[in-house]
Amino acid sequence: MGKLGSRLLAGPYIVWMVLFTIIPLCLVVYNAFTNSGGVFTLDNVLAIFDPVNLKPLWLSVKMSLIVTISCFLLAFPLAMVLWKYSKNKNSLIVMVFILPMWMNFMLRTLAWRLILLNNGFLNHGLALLGLNPIYLMNTKVAIILGTAYDYFPFMLLPIYNALVKIDRDVINAANDLGATGFVVLKRIILPLSLPGIVSGITMVLVPSVSEFVIADMLGGGKVYLIGNVIEQAFNSGYADVHLGSGLSLSLMGIIVISMLFYKFFDKGEERSGIW
Amino acid sequence: MRLVFIKKLIALILCIVCPFWLVSCGKSSAENAENQIIVFNYGDYIDRDVLDQFYEETGIKVVYEEFLTPEAMYTKYKNGTVKYDLICCSEYMLDKMIKDGEAKEVDFSSMKYTNNIGENFWQFAEKFDAGNKYTIPYFWGTVGILYNTEMIDTVPDSWSVLWDKNFKNNIIMQNSVRDSFIPPLILDGKSINTTDENTLRKALEKLKEQKSLVQSYLVDEVRDDMVNDQAALAVIYSGEASLANEYNENLEYVVPKEGSNIWMDSWIIPNGGSNYKGAVKFLDFLCRDDIAQKNFEYVYYSTPNEAVLKNIDEEEKEDDNAIFPDEDILERCEMFTYLGVEAEELYSRLWKELKVY
Amino acid sequence: MVKKVKGAAGKLYLVLILLLLYVPIVILIVSSFNASEKNKAVWGGFTLNAYKELIHDETVMSALYTTLLLAGGASLIATVLGTLVCIGMMSMKKYSKSFILGVTQIPLLNSDIVTGIALMLLFTRFSELSFTTMLVAHVTFIIPYVVLSVQPKVVQLNLSTYEAALDLGASHLYAMWKVVLPEIMPGILSGFLLAFTMSLDDFSVTYFTKAPGIHTMSTMINAEYRKGIQTEIYALSTIVFVIVLFVLFIINRRSEKVARFEAESGVEM
Repeated sequence: MGKLGSRLLAGPYIVWMVLFTIIPLCLVVYNAFTNSGGVFTLDNVLAIFDPVNLKPLWLSVKMSLIVTISCFLLAFPLAMVLWKYSKNKNSLIVMVFILPMWMNFMLRTLAWRLILLNNGFLNHGLALLGLNPIYLMNTKVAIILGTAYDYFPFMLLPIYNALVKIDRDVINAANDLGATGFVVLKRIILPLSLPGIVSGITMVLVPSVSEFVIADMLGGGKVYLIGNVIEQAFNSGYADVHLGSGLSLSLMGIIVISMLFYKFFDKGEERSGIW
Repeated sequence: MRLVFIKKLIALILCIVCPFWLVSCGKSSAENAENQIIVFNYGDYIDRDVLDQFYEETGIKVVYEEFLTPEAMYTKYKNGTVKYDLICCSEYMLDKMIKDGEAKEVDFSSMKYTNNIGENFWQFAEKFDAGNKYTIPYFWGTVGILYNTEMIDTVPDSWSVLWDKNFKNNIIMQNSVRDSFIPPLILDGKSINTTDENTLRKALEKLKEQKSLVQSYLVDEVRDDMVNDQAALAVIYSGEASLANEYNENLEYVVPKEGSNIWMDSWIIPNGGSNYKGAVKFLDFLCRDDIAQKNFEYVYYSTPNEAVLKNIDEEEKEDDNAIFPDEDILERCEMFTYLGVEAEELYSRLWKELKVY
Repeated sequence: MVKKVKGAAGKLYLVLILLLLYVPIVILIVSSFNASEKNKAVWGGFTLNAYKELIHDETVMSALYTTLLLAGGASLIATVLGTLVCIGMMSMKKYSKSFILGVTQIPLLNSDIVTGIALMLLFTRFSELSFTTMLVAHVTFIIPYVVLSVQPKVVQLNLSTYEAALDLGASHLYAMWKVVLPEIMPGILSGFLLAFTMSLDDFSVTYFTKAPGIHTMSTMINAEYRKGIQTEIYALSTIVFVIVLFVLFIINRRSEKVARFEAESGVEM
């Protein structure tokens, strides 16, 4: 085999990643295991078990799971329908569904603020219909709605892309051999779209578990997630860089461990990108 | 096929972005640390035109950054990522910075307009800046309750209204550590500067009990939400209250009879800034009659600048008791002081407990 | 009959989700034309004031400018670095390869907040925050998307054409440029686009590594919405929406034409 490209080509990337990914992580680890006097301590890493940190963590995990599951339940059938109606990956109909992704993240969240405010669009709409108002703003429901809306395209696209790769002849063959719709779904479509589902879930779960700004904008300071705890440790409140690093490290550990566990199902198959 | 689509899209993106790059390359070389100052202030707390005018007159560009709470300011400042030349903050945080030796003395000799600040305000500032060496007063005011007369019949002149179950989901609290402890401490008859753990724990219990009644904990958004009739009651700074009244005439402000907090926001020149001269120039500029007037009209908080105060007629002062409070109100108000590291940590802990409750 | 019902249900579902996705955007757009000063949920008459103000609003316009600059620059750098490493990896042993792919996973598995904080710690220690540090931060968290898009294409490469080019006397560089690059182009392009999208949409990383006086659209909106009704922001959302819609529409029409051409002539483009 002719030598294709020199190994040197990887150089800039490796230097970059060492400088800006590995060294920063080492700094987090260093800060996490020392106190402000520079002395070794485990306090900051163990702080995750302190109820004031554990409670927000548990809440974050619960809420991000709800967000991920509801995104999946909404996106999977949608991807199936789209797959049926669209001929290729960039037919207009598919584009229409991912367009909100290009609206700015903050604008999308701001829109939900307008809708959910006590006398916002939702309650004005309900009043028009003669219904009682519902107060969702500053609750967990508001944050779940906002987060699910924000990350929905990141679930839809990978699943759709995985579905497109499925050879329709396989399904036709199964149908010819007498398989019911359910069997086709279970035995063919689900297994073959698994890489897409896996990356969809990763792309929604990881950011939503550490979310803090949506909680800030839609939670009115009443809902406090692990992301808020960490953010406060660095940027507001009476800050503590070491505690913040310790908590970040714990959060990272939790995500990595659950991903390793979950990669188990992935079995090294090609990740289906969101394009 | 898909390739063609993406190629086109990328070409479009590059067409849009490239001119920007060219423009910015030409621009960036013109700026350096000598002719700019970095200013750190509360949100919406200056007339942006003032910054432009300062640039026109002196050639010094003001890089302007905002923070939400004094604690957030201090953290960012301590991080050292940004070399702030000038910070505006509340008295207790300035107290801390002065005590910790984080501030530079202000060079009053080179300033022309500091005489505009009234004598009584300098005296007032002595409480956190003995000798008036480090700070220059900017605005001051009280903390009280903003209420919507459409939603509440009586004047809520007691902090206890914040625990009234009739206003469930109709109360907005301040999302700032020390401000939020004002109501329970004062209702308990304690000083707002107490460092006694039992007293503070008791106050925390009150706040936890209140949490189910509270609609939200906010900072800068309070005014807007009240203007929009989102809630009946809010704990708010006096200046914000009179601004809110401009937009919505149903909103009235009251300082509860049990007493409250009186505050002063002042400018300080922190260590580590790189343009001391520019910072002093900017401070002097802010005190100048016309600039102070302009800034007052925009921010509309109680100003310590006599040159501005003398232009306001008595009638207006009578009308607006939020930013021109009576003597008897001031007498029942207490100022925050810096409580020391231990109390800070305690407060931080209690605050978190309230947040996760 | 059953099929018909199923099809109808599918269409209904499509419409339902479409509504859910677009109602918030429509609300933003309608709000920008609403003259009501107090509450945007109450119609106070039609106005274009927000758009007039938007043009003169330096905060918003410079945020828009910074966002484009940052996203464009960062995704270009990330695409170049990411493509180079993918080609370089071909001649590597299994271990070095899996090391690189492992490192690539770090920013993906790390939540944004941790990436942002880690970079902030680095920058505070060794430099000051500036536009450059923001650029570095953006490149760092979008690079994995490029690598993950390009890598599969490199793996699928048919090496025999490349070797044939060499046999016919092409230099390594020339063969790379003329043979390899076109073959992995789809991966590079989609990597770039994905990187650009991620950079545009980011809040957390920017929030922690932001230089003073510079805002991207996300941080600007986060700072401004608190200060009362900011109709300019709603106007901005209309403009963003229209641009995105326009770009997608134009490109879609072009590519459909190409598709028809391909179908009729049987030539792949």
